[in-house]
Amino acid sequence: MSDWVEACAAGDIDEEDVMRFDHAGRTYAIYRSPEDEYYATDGLCSHEKVHLADGLVMDDIIECPKHNGRFNYKTGDARGAPVCVNLKTYPVKVDAGKVLIQLG
Amino acid sequence: MVIIGAGECGGRAVLTLRDLGHEGPVTLVGDEPHLPYERPPLSKEAMTSEAPLIKAIASDKLLAERSIRHIHSVRAVAIDRAAHLVRLSDGSSLGYGKLLLATGSVPRKLPMPGLGGRCVYLRTFNDALAIRAHLKPENRVAIIGGGFIGLELAASARKLGATVTVLEAQPRILMRGVPAEVAEIIHKAHQAEGVKVLTGQGITAIADDGTQVRITLADRQDIVADLAVIGIGAVPVTALAAEAGLAIDNGIAVDENLCTADPDVFAAGDCCSFPLAVYGGRRVRLEAWRNAQEQGALAAKNMLGAKEAHAAVPWFWSDQYGLTLQIAGLSDEGRSTVRRDLYDGAFILFHLAEDGRLVAASGIGPGNAVARDIRLAEMLIAKRATPAPEALGSQSVKLKSLLAA
Repeated sequence: MSDWVEACAAGDIDEEDVMRFDHAGRTYAIYRSPEDEYYATDGLCSHEKVHLADGLVMDDIIECPKHNGRFNYKTGDARGAPVCVNLKTYPVKVDAGKVLIQLG
Repeated sequence: MVIIGAGECGGRAVLTLRDLGHEGPVTLVGDEPHLPYERPPLSKEAMTSEAPLIKAIASDKLLAERSIRHIHSVRAVAIDRAAHLVRLSDGSSLGYGKLLLATGSVPRKLPMPGLGGRCVYLRTFNDALAIRAHLKPENRVAIIGGGFIGLELAASARKLGATVTVLEAQPRILMRGVPAEVAEIIHKAHQAEGVKVLTGQGITAIADDGTQVRITLADRQDIVADLAVIGIGAVPVTALAAEAGLAIDNGIAVDENLCTADPDVFAAGDCCSFPLAVYGGRRVRLEAWRNAQEQGALAAKNMLGAKEAHAAVPWFWSDQYGLTLQIAGLSDEGRSTVRRDLYDGAFILFHLAEDGRLVAASGIGPGNAVARDIRLAEMLIAKRATPAPEALGSQSVKLKSLLAA
């Protein structure tokens, strides 16, 4: 499966912010960077399965709301204790004001 | 490099030494039989999950890959600072160039006669296993002490169907470090879940016959339980340092670099007291997971010569039922509070000093409702910001915008 799925409207997320998106029993996090680009990762922190969308976005970092584990949401890279497992990322495009995420 | 204490702090320290490129020998000494593990789950998931799993900070494989020697089930019994030697309980000795004491804390003992096998404390994974065995529907559990460990354990015990009574001698639960308005939400949550919470009453007698415990309160009421868990605070483990002639001041006294008066001996985590830069060097000792983690990493850096000062803002959390509490900063530094309401009943109290500086923020709400704003508050506290109270109190003003100001 490599379908593009509509996640939200581009304006639903503020710049330098994140939103939760649930689809087909899975949860994702959609980000809007300070440069007004969109990104997507798995929605749960790799440390204790917490929703990252409740966390804080600073530049290209998402910080987990529970234990401050950090990831680069553009690459999925784990950035320091307590997280050590990278996040899976997904391709994102904006089309006609809609944010689309490629799953699978 | 020798690290005494294989908890969160010691575990992070050894990994950080390798992360920073240290190539010499690294030895981690712990008195428990386990790999370094995270303690926060002990009062929660270790009780309620199907199988009580230990959450290791580093696997055997990772320790081996990084050439970290882990000596378990062994205590350090003496430090010979002149010879740069640590003597261990198995009769062996370890030489050190730099030594880190990450000895942690142990539960404060209830100074009363009558305690027996059904009166227990929670600190280690093995303690957790012993308590877990008693948390079942037909059992009555008494929690002595309305602090975080006791209350989290009360929530876990209820989840498993036990009958639970929390006994707190102070006028309310969470007297230390948690504002009354926030503690009240937690108190009510426990009552709603069927926990009997008795505050403002001391215990006058305990009788433990090995199968049940009878606790007599000041008003002569008796509480009978199959298990009593005592959670009345923790005391730092300092004997090793004291016997080695190091200064003790509510913990092993260290400077802002986490170094003792001996330039080759550091201390970090629950066991040490240190000057907190954000409050003008006020000396504190923190018993918190993140502090242990941050100080373990910082001590490792400074053992390698960095001379970096501890600059973090204290932060901790507690999960009970569906509620999460998070506090950044020390609320007793505040003179006034401003309340900010979030969604779903969540709220944050901002604590301001006399000069208007934001010194702490206490938040509570379902799930992670307060997490983002508490994190932003922590950054404002670190910046020593003086945000307008109206802005803090208004939901329509984003805290992030105050950070840029």
